[in-house]
Amino acid sequence: MADYEIPKLKEYPVIPVLQPGVSAHLKPYVAKADFQTALNFPGELVENWEQKAIDKIGELKGKYRSLQVFLDSCVKCGACTDKCHYYLGTSDPKNMPVARQDLLRQVYRRYYTFAGKLFGKLGIPGFVGAKEMTREVLDDWYSYYHQCSQCRRCSVYCPYGIDTAEISMAAREIMDSIGVGQKYCNEIIAKVFKIGNNLGLPQPALEDTLLGLEEDVKDATGVDVKFPLDVKGAEILLVTPSADFFAEPHVDGLMGYAKVFHEAGVSWTVSSYASEAANFGMFIGSYENMRKVALRIREAALELGVKRIVFGECGHAWRVAYSFLNTLAGPFDFLDPNYPVPQHICEFTHDLIQKGKLKFDKSANDRRVMTYHDSCNVARASRMGDKPGGQFTIPREIIKAVCNNFYDMPPDTIGEATYCCGGGGGLLTDDLMELRVKGALPRMEALKHVVENNGVTHMAAICAICKSQFTKVIPYYGFKMDQIVSVHQLVSDAIVLTKQ
Amino acid sequence: MPIEVNGKTMETDEEGYLADLNQWEPAVADVMAKLDDCQLTDSHWEVINFLREYYEEYQIAPAVRVLTKAIGKKLGPDKGNSKYLYELFPYGPGKQACKYAGLPKPTGCV
Repeated sequence: MADYEIPKLKEYPVIPVLQPGVSAHLKPYVAKADFQTALNFPGELVENWEQKAIDKIGELKGKYRSLQVFLDSCVKCGACTDKCHYYLGTSDPKNMPVARQDLLRQVYRRYYTFAGKLFGKLGIPGFVGAKEMTREVLDDWYSYYHQCSQCRRCSVYCPYGIDTAEISMAAREIMDSIGVGQKYCNEIIAKVFKIGNNLGLPQPALEDTLLGLEEDVKDATGVDVKFPLDVKGAEILLVTPSADFFAEPHVDGLMGYAKVFHEAGVSWTVSSYASEAANFGMFIGSYENMRKVALRIREAALELGVKRIVFGECGHAWRVAYSFLNTLAGPFDFLDPNYPVPQHICEFTHDLIQKGKLKFDKSANDRRVMTYHDSCNVARASRMGDKPGGQFTIPREIIKAVCNNFYDMPPDTIGEATYCCGGGGGLLTDDLMELRVKGALPRMEALKHVVENNGVTHMAAICAICKSQFTKVIPYYGFKMDQIVSVHQLVSDAIVLTKQ
Repeated sequence: MPIEVNGKTMETDEEGYLADLNQWEPAVADVMAKLDDCQLTDSHWEVINFLREYYEEYQIAPAVRVLTKAIGKKLGPDKGNSKYLYELFPYGPGKQACKYAGLPKPTGCV
């Protein structure tokens, strides 16, 4: 199945013996010139790139105060070392968060600190943890900043709150600015600019797909549940990852949203212009590209004259939506202020459940014993509802409202301490499959625990990346791909449609 | 790595997809399948032909559900599911079948 060793699932997590350089060969394909220039980056490695990279560090630490603080404040306490799923899965010491940070920090020290400049001139920069900007350093950056899914688990355990994700985003932006971008992310962002979504799904294909879903729901339930596209004057604009139109089990979640909207009796629409919730601009640390992607949502909302924006099940999209959308693409003063701007589909459904407006036949899910995977960007970079921790309780309360059997995985693998699926942060690409399989190890161990102890059969998620990553990698660990489900797929299976 | 098809050399990208999709001809699928140690049967061709028809109309590969529904209609309901498609194309129907059929690779969170 694979020409590398699949990690063995153990009874409890074990900190692996270090194997220096063992994952240095894991690096994604470099973006071709076309994909680079579409994002306003140079097409290939620029002349004098060493100096330009150094200058870019200076620019970014000036622009983002957090970056400077993170580069200065590490005391090498080691609290983060065993917290990264990629380190646990690969054993490569450069996947320890502190070592990953140091790949950038060493260059920062050399050119932007007194000690680094002094010892650099004496020819012994390593004495103060500083290093010259060289090809070898750039290669390390390219490998190991693409072995970070920006999940921020390490930052939870850092006594200084250093966020490796921000350092990894900065490193990717520096590399993009000197012409060394990643194919997967940059090709996708270019597609959003051209067509409106990550997949490159044009309007006619989207329309055909949605009509097909209407037929399917009608066949299964006898009820006319609509999947409206580009409807002016609709109350709600649904912004969802394009994987929801395309992949499984994502599409089963989309059918769940449609049924919930149907039962709520609200008018809603998808926009073909902003047919994507994902915003890979965040993964590559590019504010300009992130803003350009986000502005499409604003334009679509204005054009369609909607009153509310609801986001579908997408982890990092919710971070961008919840934390940044207002400053990126606001103000949203044209939307109805009685509702959160924007709102998560889980908040929407949960609210209706609280009000007793949805009817469920929970036995429809009795063939499943559920657990729930907290997606990193929802867990650690956003919230839901109006209470702290709502991002943890709301999805679980939805699952419990529609399923009779639910068990959580061990507490140090969920909630704020959740492990990444292994494919987040722009790493969900076939050229990084070995990394994805190995990075899934801690989650697979936690899943195995509840499978063996509680008879869990399925794991639900609210992120398109998590769903795709798991369906692809869990067979390597002896599970079946259809054991991964969407939260709104469970809703879809249990909801009783009371309206025609 | 370029591939040899009926005496013609065709460029492919890093992941083995045709660089110029207009160069596609049925023999391309056979050559690519051979590289994956896979022998194409009529069942494979049912999928490949549907992908090409859909792509010609919509400029993109069909969603998994659209594909399984179409195959189910053609070959019977027991074959209209992703399990059957994964048996035919173990690397994933979306990606492996698209490659053989000369379609661009589906990108994004899929």
